[in-house]
Amino acid sequence: MDEQLKIELGKQGIVATTFEELYNWGRRSSIWPMQFGLACCAIEMIATTMARYDLARFGAEVFRPSPRQADLMIISGTVTKKMAPQVVRLYNQMAEPRYVIAMGACAISGGPFKQGYNVLKGIDRYIPVDVHIPGCPPRPEALIQAFMTLQKKIDAQPLTGAGRPRHLDAQQQGEFPVPVQGEHDLEPTSNPGVWTVPVVIR
Amino acid sequence: MKTVEEIKAAIEAAVPRAGVEIVSNPSVSAQHSLRLAPGCALEVAKFLRDDAELALDFLSNVTGVDWPDKEIAEKVKVTRAVTKTVDGVEQTVEETVEETSKRVVPGCLEAVYHLYSVKLKHGPVVLRMRTVNRTDQVELPSLTPIWRSAEFQEREVFDLYGIVFAGHHDLRRLLMWPEFKDHPMRRDYLEPDDFEFEPTAHDVVLARAEAHRAAHPGASSDQEGAKA
Repeated sequence: MDEQLKIELGKQGIVATTFEELYNWGRRSSIWPMQFGLACCAIEMIATTMARYDLARFGAEVFRPSPRQADLMIISGTVTKKMAPQVVRLYNQMAEPRYVIAMGACAISGGPFKQGYNVLKGIDRYIPVDVHIPGCPPRPEALIQAFMTLQKKIDAQPLTGAGRPRHLDAQQQGEFPVPVQGEHDLEPTSNPGVWTVPVVIR
Repeated sequence: MKTVEEIKAAIEAAVPRAGVEIVSNPSVSAQHSLRLAPGCALEVAKFLRDDAELALDFLSNVTGVDWPDKEIAEKVKVTRAVTKTVDGVEQTVEETVEETSKRVVPGCLEAVYHLYSVKLKHGPVVLRMRTVNRTDQVELPSLTPIWRSAEFQEREVFDLYGIVFAGHHDLRRLLMWPEFKDHPMRRDYLEPDDFEFEPTAHDVVLARAEAHRAAHPGASSDQEGAKA
């Protein structure tokens, strides 16, 4: 529908919308995050939900303690190789539609612990991440920015066709393989369906 | 507080055949430590805790040290008879030759304990214990029965260095998962080769990333010469 016509109709007291818009508005306005934190980024995440920054203004009304009731997983902090299988398992237990924000340097790449023996080099090796936020830790404003970016991403998704959300696409995988803790490292070290080695142009 | 020499004398008076050695620290802090023989360590620890003058009732820290096998090259001057041809005549001449002899000092694992007294407000007293080697004889007595706070820290030392604390009631890995086989804080630990994506590598990481690329030529993440 023509955007200008819609505004004109709105001035006359007529609300015109599409099912897609209504559906996406509903989806983006009540994203409930899961209540879990991994490291120091979690402190910033908690600050974001408190009165000063008040993430509830954006629809993240409550943090749910159960993955069954949560829509958004905020990977807030260092994902150790000991914790990574549990994170993937929690993600598998979330119901669609579900989103992931990787918050902070550790969650997106391993951060200062990247070359360590016990830290995963980014959670995007095992689960699909919607928004990455750099920072160590990112400020609450950055998390709000990431949240708004996610909302814009949801808003822009068509309900049919190639770019439709995962839960409306029967071909998409719903369960992600949980890595096994092996004798020297996690096995496999990444999920090739989710993450391939990025091309570095030097 | 007593000096290490006085503590050593007190231990030897209380526990005969204790086998205490002083490990001096030449730095300005002069924090000398006591190396205990593992056989009598439990008795010595009990004495240190219960003695009225020492009363070391607080174990603040347990850590480990890995001493790898060390190869020492020594130059020795050796005089020996050498057959030589001098002026066309074969002669036996005494000659002094410098020879390098190499010997391997076997490594060991060391556990370090830092003790304080809350009651008498003094400390630290540093205790050390060494294992026989770093492969199969890696047992040390656990001091958890004396100081309960050693429990988790000895588990951590077991996890990261591989020292087995005999007498520990719950010796499991603390930080790594149970299936893990290595001891990451040992000097010869080789971390897994997951250097496939290093966008800003330098120094050691660059060397390892290049080694990874050489080993996996097909899976290269770099486009050499693709610079615009």
